[in-house]
Amino acid sequence: MSQSVEKKKKASFFQKVRTNYRYQQLLFVYICLILPILFYLGIRILPTLFTFNVGFRDWNLLSSGPHPLVGLDNYIALFKDEVFIKSIVNTLIYIVVGVIGQLAFGMIVALLLHRINKFVGFFRVIYFIPYVTSIVAISWVFQWILMKNGIINDILINLGLPPQPFLNSPDQAIYVIIGAMIWQAIGFQMVLFLAGLENIPQMLYEAADIDGATPWQKFWKVTVPLLNPTIVFSAVIGTINFIQVSFTQVINMSMDGSGGPLHSTITVVVYIYQLAFRQFDLGLASAATVILFLFILGLTLFQMKVLTRKFDY
Amino acid sequence: MFKRWHVLLLSVLFITVLAACSGDNDNGNSSNGDSDVVTIKYWQYEFASKVDLMDELIKEFEEANPGIKVEQTTFPYDNYNEQVAAQVPAGKGPDVINLFYGWVPSYVDAGYLQPLPQEDFPHDEIEAEFFPLVQATKMDGEYWTIPTAVRTAALFYNKDLFEEAGLDPNSPPETWEELADYAVKLTKKDGDRLEQSGMAWEPAQQGHHWLRDGLTYQAGGEVLSEDRKTVVWGDSDAGLEAFKYWLSFPTELGTSEVGFYTDDVTAFMTGKAAMNVDGSFRLGTLQRDAENLNYAVAPMPGKDGIQSTNASFWTNGITKDVEGEKLEASIKFLKFLTSQDVMERWLDATGELPAKEEVAMQDKYVNDELYGPFINSLPFANAHFFVDETKERELVIDAANKVLLEGMDVEEAFNELVEKTQALYDEYWGDK
Repeated sequence: MSQSVEKKKKASFFQKVRTNYRYQQLLFVYICLILPILFYLGIRILPTLFTFNVGFRDWNLLSSGPHPLVGLDNYIALFKDEVFIKSIVNTLIYIVVGVIGQLAFGMIVALLLHRINKFVGFFRVIYFIPYVTSIVAISWVFQWILMKNGIINDILINLGLPPQPFLNSPDQAIYVIIGAMIWQAIGFQMVLFLAGLENIPQMLYEAADIDGATPWQKFWKVTVPLLNPTIVFSAVIGTINFIQVSFTQVINMSMDGSGGPLHSTITVVVYIYQLAFRQFDLGLASAATVILFLFILGLTLFQMKVLTRKFDY
Repeated sequence: MFKRWHVLLLSVLFITVLAACSGDNDNGNSSNGDSDVVTIKYWQYEFASKVDLMDELIKEFEEANPGIKVEQTTFPYDNYNEQVAAQVPAGKGPDVINLFYGWVPSYVDAGYLQPLPQEDFPHDEIEAEFFPLVQATKMDGEYWTIPTAVRTAALFYNKDLFEEAGLDPNSPPETWEELADYAVKLTKKDGDRLEQSGMAWEPAQQGHHWLRDGLTYQAGGEVLSEDRKTVVWGDSDAGLEAFKYWLSFPTELGTSEVGFYTDDVTAFMTGKAAMNVDGSFRLGTLQRDAENLNYAVAPMPGKDGIQSTNASFWTNGITKDVEGEKLEASIKFLKFLTSQDVMERWLDATGELPAKEEVAMQDKYVNDELYGPFINSLPFANAHFFVDETKERELVIDAANKVLLEGMDVEEAFNELVEKTQALYDEYWGDK
């Protein structure tokens, strides 16, 4: 009995699909939507889950043999590894200094551009160009500009200042690289902030004028609170971006091409790459990846909680 | 009614997904139905002159051995290991593979190579014919790879800058003292700032090899013990003496700077550095990119009559799963690659030196103006046995930086270098 009922149900579903054009449309739409999900599952989610597995194993990239489970050994080794600790500290410096710098400069440029009426397009293009220029090319140009015999040191000497080692100094190199990254990201942040500024109703500023607010007060009491969603978005995107792209710049700008001098510019991503593809230790590299994953997750949650504040017009 | 184009589109999508999932297009083991043709796969890194030559050689080899086909695949140097790492576990690796000798221990360790069969490559024959440095890839009593060509390092110097400084361009420095003296004379400074470096100095490039295989041996020391398990670098004073001399260029002598015009090769090519320690493989680069550079090459300066230099090589091995017909074909191919004729052509095409003593020491090569100094260095050349080339290089760079940038005591930095290098060897031999 029940079987036949089910059959009937099924039959009716196929019946519907066959006869009802609306169902056909829906079916088509769902199938189209599922394809990217399958792709995403295969390319992103499953490998991510697999990484957790690899992180608990002694896994040499070149060996096809068995990969024995070693428990938390990889994690313990990492936390005893001073280079890894250094890379985490560096990554934090990259994020804190880099993201704050990016937001500040992006906002300043956006506010300035918001004020002018002429040549707006021209300036937007100028500020946006670095963002669409090859990172590798930019990195090498910076290296040449900043080398001991480079143009910046020439200028310093002509001003009577001592020449600086810049990228060859364990104290300065990381900030030089962050500077280059900020410079490159200003254009992107500018666009986000310009969009945010367009959305602030003009009447609020008029009301503030009537109340006799100073420009400083208007900025802090009106502009900043209303830009909050943009700031949160920029900060989250900027952070993730910084973690990801701190690879290319570091590889191309650091003196030895691998996060030097003395690991002063190495990031977690660069170190993961070295572990996996230079030392072939996939177990350690995966463990480091898991730590990085948790790190990004924690940071994003933190930003969502702390930076998001409700606001009302 | 299901619209016809919906059906069409859906089936196209479906097929695409299926195709994407199956993926495995079986081009690899295509004997093309020709049951008597064996195809072997040869991998090397992408280096234009080597790839072109290899294409020619393969053609000749196939004509001489009608039953064998060789497919060459190349990858850029920077991600060669990545490609190997990605494709080998997937069972798509090569049969014959060209590797940097410093990587061989990792590959052997990973169980990826098989030892060269002793009946085809007898050990006494290898040891009689080849330069002793090929023993760098002899492990566990087996030869795992065999090279066509080797490279040595020597002193490149700029003749014009020599003349400008009042030095005779035909009598390059031959001792440590002379080298230091020349370097100082060739240096130009504006106050504190280096304008012309007497001696290019880059630990990350050939600098670490120069220290390990050149200076240390010249001072009478050694880096590794006979069994390659103990780092004896610090056992005598020689190691420290070499390290101090090496570091004197950027410190006391003030002739050098890390990152001077970005790196040693660029600085030398643009005439900003007067001398540089570099490998024979750089001859090709200089001929191509610095046509007007008036330079010459001299054997590495020695100390108290002891000469020594660094050697390195790319070498060929057979991967572990190759057997039967393929193994026979691979052995034939390897024998072909290590024949006198190929070695001579290899030198002409790539600038790498023949690995067999008899071939290299012919008059035409020994007396060559550019190749001569490199060939003449072969008898006293060392190829350090690396357990982890990247890490060992990094340790030398770090030791130099600690002295140069953080003002660490030279002796302390050297002891730390020895200690950390030993730790790498302990780790490597620990699970043997």
